[in-house]
Amino acid sequence: MEYLSIFVKGIFIENMIFAYFLGMCSYLAVSKTVKTANGLGLAVIFVLGITVPINYLLENYVLQEGALQWISPEYESINLSFLSFIMFIAVIASMVQLVEMIVEKFAPALYGALGIFLPLIAVNCSILGGALFMQDRQYPSIGEATVFGLGSGVGWWLAIVAIAAIREKIRYSHVPAPLKGLGITFIITGLMGIAFMSFMGIEI
Amino acid sequence: MSTDTAAAPKKESLFSKKNRRLLSDPLDDSNPITVQVLGICSALAITVQLQQAVIMSLSVLFVMIGGNVIVSLLRNLIPDRIRIIVQLVVVASLVIIVDQVLKAFQPDISEKLSVFVGLIITNCIIMGRLEAFALGNKPGPSFLDAIGNAIGYAWILLAVSIVREVFGSGAISLPGMGQVKFLPAEWFMSEGGFYENNNLMILPPMALITVGIIIWIQRSRNQSLIEEN
Repeated sequence: MEYLSIFVKGIFIENMIFAYFLGMCSYLAVSKTVKTANGLGLAVIFVLGITVPINYLLENYVLQEGALQWISPEYESINLSFLSFIMFIAVIASMVQLVEMIVEKFAPALYGALGIFLPLIAVNCSILGGALFMQDRQYPSIGEATVFGLGSGVGWWLAIVAIAAIREKIRYSHVPAPLKGLGITFIITGLMGIAFMSFMGIEI
Repeated sequence: MSTDTAAAPKKESLFSKKNRRLLSDPLDDSNPITVQVLGICSALAITVQLQQAVIMSLSVLFVMIGGNVIVSLLRNLIPDRIRIIVQLVVVASLVIIVDQVLKAFQPDISEKLSVFVGLIITNCIIMGRLEAFALGNKPGPSFLDAIGNAIGYAWILLAVSIVREVFGSGAISLPGMGQVKFLPAEWFMSEGGFYENNNLMILPPMALITVGIIIWIQRSRNQSLIEEN
């Protein structure tokens, strides 16, 4: 039950896009067609599902104050948490490199479509954001951290697929010229954010 | 905007016509937020108060200048395949410096910005400029490019936060001055007056709509930026 609640919370209530604006850059740039949006969204779910638990282990067995006790009791007072940014980003960057190589090998069409944005998953704020929120919220076990990562990934995927579908349709409407493209996307995202806020009162 | 460019050439020969464009373009024609679509996340999340926006802009300015110059100095030494990791390490080290300084001297603001200081690392504006500019140019122009883009980022941030704070809290906050209210305190609804703050402006979605409106204004003045569809 606990797991389900973290998962649903990650998708709807604490949605990466609508509640925290994480990963907006690629969200805005790759949401022109549903197909590429779907690909990027799945890549984000995958990367978040892998990096959050790895970073959880790092946080709890290396970085936190007293986390090194498992090596020897003398290390009790060591606090490496100031290194967490650099450690998290190193894990993320290497995982992304791996995903990039896998996609290039097995799905060259998708690789061509995602173009520059695959390496940029490394700098997709939602990935590092996932790691930092995990650190902030102190999940009690690795299982919960993993579920949180997957949940936020699914939330991000849902948001980008939804906006891509809207953008495909809006091409046929009469948007004022200066608002075309980026401007109207911002405003629609804002309206979707307001809609998503109705989930906020839910307690699970 | 034009005052910045007019003041620039006096300084040194580094400010040639081409270099001046590096400074002035990001303010309007290739603004990082409204045209290049870089660095949106932080621009939206920390614009509830002007004070946070100012601190964030200064942090980004510092990290951008440092990152651009360092990567530009290292550009011939970095192997192509691992360049993203190298860039991230450079940026992450600079962000750790910013984070520790903020924690030491501005603990309240550091608390409010929470994870967003760390997220400067993945602020695409920094990585985007490193990839697009610093990797292929000398340190001098990279330095100017960093300043130009950081200022282009900052003015959107400040504009959004001023709009949101004025309409959302009826006040403006500057670092070191606290919140300054525009109207007498007893006019506010909470004190029994008639003026009600627009609480919607404080909520996250309004940041997106404010940026959307800024884009609208900018593109109706500068028609060349209008997109096809």
